[in-house]
Amino acid sequence: MRFRHRRDGPKAEMDMTPMIDMVFQLIAFFMFAISFSQNEQDERVMLPDSVLAKPANQPLKHPVTLHLTRTGNVIYGGQELPALERLRPYLVNERMVLQGRNRTMEDATVVIRADRLARAGVVQKLIQMCQEEKFEKFALRAQEDIGP
Amino acid sequence: MKLRRIGKGSESKIELQMTPMIDVVFQLLVFFLFTFRIATQEGDFNIKMPLTTYSSSQTVAAESPVVMMHVRLRADGSGRLRQSGGIVVNGDRVLDSFEQLHNYVIGVIGGHEPSAKADAEVELDCDYNLHYEHLIDAITAVSGYVDKSTGQVNRLIDKISFTPPQAAPGS
Repeated sequence: MRFRHRRDGPKAEMDMTPMIDMVFQLIAFFMFAISFSQNEQDERVMLPDSVLAKPANQPLKHPVTLHLTRTGNVIYGGQELPALERLRPYLVNERMVLQGRNRTMEDATVVIRADRLARAGVVQKLIQMCQEEKFEKFALRAQEDIGP
Repeated sequence: MKLRRIGKGSESKIELQMTPMIDVVFQLLVFFLFTFRIATQEGDFNIKMPLTTYSSSQTVAAESPVVMMHVRLRADGSGRLRQSGGIVVNGDRVLDSFEQLHNYVIGVIGGHEPSAKADAEVELDCDYNLHYEHLIDAITAVSGYVDKSTGQVNRLIDKISFTPPQAAPGS
């Protein structure tokens, strides 16, 4: 079988402009929508909703974020601790860091991100342990209730 | 001055190489697609609670504010708020829902001076097994409401504390 040899004629060019327009639109959207400040969130914890949960106007001075799963385990620094008492050395460490920076315990805020199905008693025990380590300011975190 | 005119015969156009740009743009697009997460906004309920709040209830009582409410939250076996009588205020007022608690707080706070309002305090006393979401519901009910017409948050009681945690059932 013989194939015909094509001559070098005018090339068919694809118009890339609409595609590039769309791609740039998408990139612009994602660039504005992305937020790198969500690094203290944890997917293992589902926060309860509240209509009053509004983002703070200014960031906390020295936040110590503790996540509490529905099973009662604390997540600190991405590490899930099997027992509440295992958190104590980390709290002591946080206190030492504060003292090293010449800050008082009033500057620190313990942010508690507890799962909506976590038990209130465990949350209270967690607060009590922090109090025993001289922390006194707490922030119970909830997610904004945007309605149905 | 004489300008040279490019002849029609020279048809060799300068073509812009789009391939590297498209490569990079797609890389960026894929990066943003994978790192994008739809997350709702989060907010905090601030609670200032030094250790003395637990240990010296008598000292606290001596400086007790004009409006001091003790709110007891009772859970059923599954950790939900009891259907009836789940909320007890100051030991005698039994309420069934957080809406009733909210209305009760408005009723109590409304009859006081603004200074007393700022000084008002709520102490929450929860069953060990109560789900944390109900605790947040109670805090929401006592700490304010959103004005539907303006969308502004009106604050009620800011000072919230907890009683010492109850013992775990079966411990």
